[in-house]
Amino acid sequence: MADNREIKVSVKNLKKDFGDLQVLKDINTDIYKGEVVCIIGPSGSGKSTFLRCLNKLEEVSGGQVIIDGHDIVDKNTNINKVRENIGMVFQHFNLFNNLNIMDNLTLAPVQLKKCSKEEAVERGQNMLKKVGLEDKAGNYPNQLSGGQKQRVAIARALCMQPDIMLFDEPTSALDPEMVGEVLQVMKDLANEGMTMVIVTHEMGFAREVADRVIFMDGGFIVEEGTPQEVLLNPKAQRTIDFLNKVL
Amino acid sequence: MVKIITVYGGMLLTAMGRTLLLALLGLFFACILGIVFGIMGVVKNKILNIISQIFVDVIRGVPMIVLAFFIYFGIPYLFNTIIGGYSFTFSALQAGTICLALNCGAYMTEIIRAGILSVDEGQMEAARSLGLTYGMAMRKVVLPQAIKTMIPTFINQFIITLKDTSILSVIGFPELVNTAKNVQANTFMSFQTWAIVGIMYLIVITILSRSAKVLERRLNVGR
Repeated sequence: MADNREIKVSVKNLKKDFGDLQVLKDINTDIYKGEVVCIIGPSGSGKSTFLRCLNKLEEVSGGQVIIDGHDIVDKNTNINKVRENIGMVFQHFNLFNNLNIMDNLTLAPVQLKKCSKEEAVERGQNMLKKVGLEDKAGNYPNQLSGGQKQRVAIARALCMQPDIMLFDEPTSALDPEMVGEVLQVMKDLANEGMTMVIVTHEMGFAREVADRVIFMDGGFIVEEGTPQEVLLNPKAQRTIDFLNKVL
Repeated sequence: MVKIITVYGGMLLTAMGRTLLLALLGLFFACILGIVFGIMGVVKNKILNIISQIFVDVIRGVPMIVLAFFIYFGIPYLFNTIIGGYSFTFSALQAGTICLALNCGAYMTEIIRAGILSVDEGQMEAARSLGLTYGMAMRKVVLPQAIKTMIPTFINQFIITLKDTSILSVIGFPELVNTAKNVQANTFMSFQTWAIVGIMYLIVITILSRSAKVLERRLNVGR
């Protein structure tokens, strides 16, 4: 794929180990602006760890992770500045339980002086409208359903106006009937041209929305390509076995 | 009984006041120590973790009465006689406050450390993923949640500290027990004296734990 698209994330020889356990062995890939990348693979394959290395929630053991030209493995890079441009959505939502929904949305923009309190609230309201929860601003997280929590979590990340969004199994902890509402929000986001990296088990979603699918196993990228290539005509035996089990 | 109350009542009430003063002073400094060492115990820094652990282990490993004697008699002796050339003394209130603050501070350290660890790690991760610094995330997200879980143990510790002030009668601070000893020596009415003192402690501590329950309920509103 020789092209002149802007590279947002560049991963070179990425390694990560937890003590003796090597979770990521040698990961190389580039993610382009506006691209939607879905990462699939069996549990323990390192896909969540890989995602968490992209905003340094995990210390990297070796290699480079370059976000918009900043090597975040380098100790001199201000990781907090880089993270301001990378939104992250977690499997278990991780809304701030001590704050109401609006305060969840405005905490980071106000603390980091991205905007005034009034602007943050206005932006927060717009984001809540976008995820269809404009009437929940005054509620606390424990008063919301799982699907609503996850939509708030997406809105919270968007309030920082990031360039890149990371999703770590965003629908895995949801009741089945709530998966759709979250995927719909993600689909809208993809259509707006957001650069997205999504660890997911939703093969249907990956097929429909992804520009590229990465299949990981044993700490390596086994296969990557368009959904058509990876999901419908996989070449590696390991991919074929995995897809036979999940589809 | 009536005689003790009429003659010595005022004296015992003043002594109760001193007991409360000592407990509050001790607790105030204990909170500061607890927050500092508690946070040192949870940050990702081996050296700070070890310092916090040593503080807790040493203070918890020494009976408070020994600590009191050590601070009140031992430290001045170190400066004035062993090193020499100083004329340094602690008042009983100063030594008592230091002693309580250290002792209670060690337990507060553990309460605060456990409180912070009881908050789901995801809260910190989510805050950091938005670009907040460790300090901001701690202040705005983790500590407010930790404090809520800490309140019952914190109240418990307050009550223990209040009762521990009685140990400081050994260094001559005129708190309730020390004063009661004098009353007993003057009147020879041990039964009545200690019964009154016991009831005084009981009343204060009951008021304290009841109002703490109200506070606890208030803080849980809306969550």
